[in-house]
Amino acid sequence: MCTTCGCNAGEVKLDGQTVHDHAGSDGRVYRHAHADAHDHSHPHPHGLLHLGRGETHAHAPGLSPARVVRIERDILARNNGHAAENRGLLQARGILGLNLVSSPGSGKTTLLVRTLRALPAHTPVAVIEGDQQTANDAERIRATGTPAIQINTGKGCHLDAQMVGQALQRLVLPEGGLLFIENVGNLVCPAAFDLGEAAKVVILSVTEGEDKPLKYPDMFRAARLLLLNKCDLLPHLDFDVALAIENALRINPELAIIRVSAVSGEGLDDWLGWLARERASLTARQNTSVIEAA
Amino acid sequence: MSLAENVLQIIEQAAQEQGFGRVRTVVLEIGQLAAVEPEAMRFCFAAVMAGSIAEGAALEMVTAPGAGWCLQCAASVPLTEQPGACPRCGGFRVRVTGGAELRVKELLVE
Ligand SMILES: Nc1nc2c(ncn2[C@@H]2O[C@H](COP(=O)(O)OP(=O)(O)O)[C@@H](O)[C@H]2O)c(=O)[nH]1
Ligand SMILES: [Mg+2]
Ligand SMILES: [Zn+2]
Ligand SMILES: [Zn+2]
Repeated sequence: MCTTCGCNAGEVKLDGQTVHDHAGSDGRVYRHAHADAHDHSHPHPHGLLHLGRGETHAHAPGLSPARVVRIERDILARNNGHAAENRGLLQARGILGLNLVSSPGSGKTTLLVRTLRALPAHTPVAVIEGDQQTANDAERIRATGTPAIQINTGKGCHLDAQMVGQALQRLVLPEGGLLFIENVGNLVCPAAFDLGEAAKVVILSVTEGEDKPLKYPDMFRAARLLLLNKCDLLPHLDFDVALAIENALRINPELAIIRVSAVSGEGLDDWLGWLARERASLTARQNTSVIEAA
Repeated sequence: MSLAENVLQIIEQAAQEQGFGRVRTVVLEIGQLAAVEPEAMRFCFAAVMAGSIAEGAALEMVTAPGAGWCLQCAASVPLTEQPGACPRCGGFRVRVTGGAELRVKELLVE
């Protein structure tokens, strides 16, 4: 259970509380948890608020000081504001920022290390590492000679845009180059938190289930590229690559997919090619906006 | 920052702007296809609201219906789940266009 952001699938049982859905007259589905069992009829004729047993309805003037306040504010607005700042900073410096997401152990760090070693010499690059507790991953990255900053999220199961913004202030920015952000191993919450990246890259290893895209659709929908990792192990497994790809495309018909192995180096050229194309289109967009601004 | 903490921040800001002191009920709009598990949100909500002006507030979640654009049919279609098949052609080439909402909708305050 994710007690931090409340966006993880709940193993939590709500003792004594019944949760039920029912459709209202406006076609929406109303979901309540009731601390005590009681009957009520739906739809609620007085708008969205269902006041529950024993409460005076707010719109009955004079009976109660209570009133309904319309808010209509996006819960992620604050994070999105920080993300927009990060995105602006990265764009201004011509940096392609990528948010790498996967379950724990899919091979994000191993793949990053291999990628950093294979990138053309003198490519400006930096890494932000997210992990709940340890600094191991940042050390693995620094061993390649690449600057890295570790963010420990403690109990938090995802990076947020504010954390990344703080890391960006302390990092020597790789002008005109690449910024890799390795997110906390978790396919649920990171889908909802924009960090200001140009794209999310989701990593799925062939030691996981082919149905992962179906179980974590939000993440596969949010990603632009899927790296199917650990393909060196395929001869030893009965993982169905075609099925995994079919499932991923079912969730996100526009997802690009590259088979790779961080161990054998299979598919690395395709991945480097994808990176080069993304960098080129970023530069092209930048030039266009410079011309437009002129 | 967690989602429930963001909810509290929005509530506290609204309290300053609109001058109310207590929140009895919080209505969230959560898209049917949003990455939010209502039970998990409920669990976090109580913990995060403790000690605030919304301590003990009831939480109501209104689900915004899912909708998609079917590439095959070139039409808007309702979606109830992810992955969702197009109800017209049965295909899965459907891009989500609605149901990702995550909003504080309204409050009952005093
Ligand atoms: N066979 C094989 N093992 C891999 C590959 N990529 C990563 N691993 C192993 O998977 C484990 C987890 O890798 P790591 O990079 O730490 O995963 P992360 O949690 O996503 O950063 C390590 O033992 C790696 O050696 C791969 O392509 N093939
Ligand atoms: Mg790692
Ligand atoms: Zn979470
Ligand atoms: Zn269709």
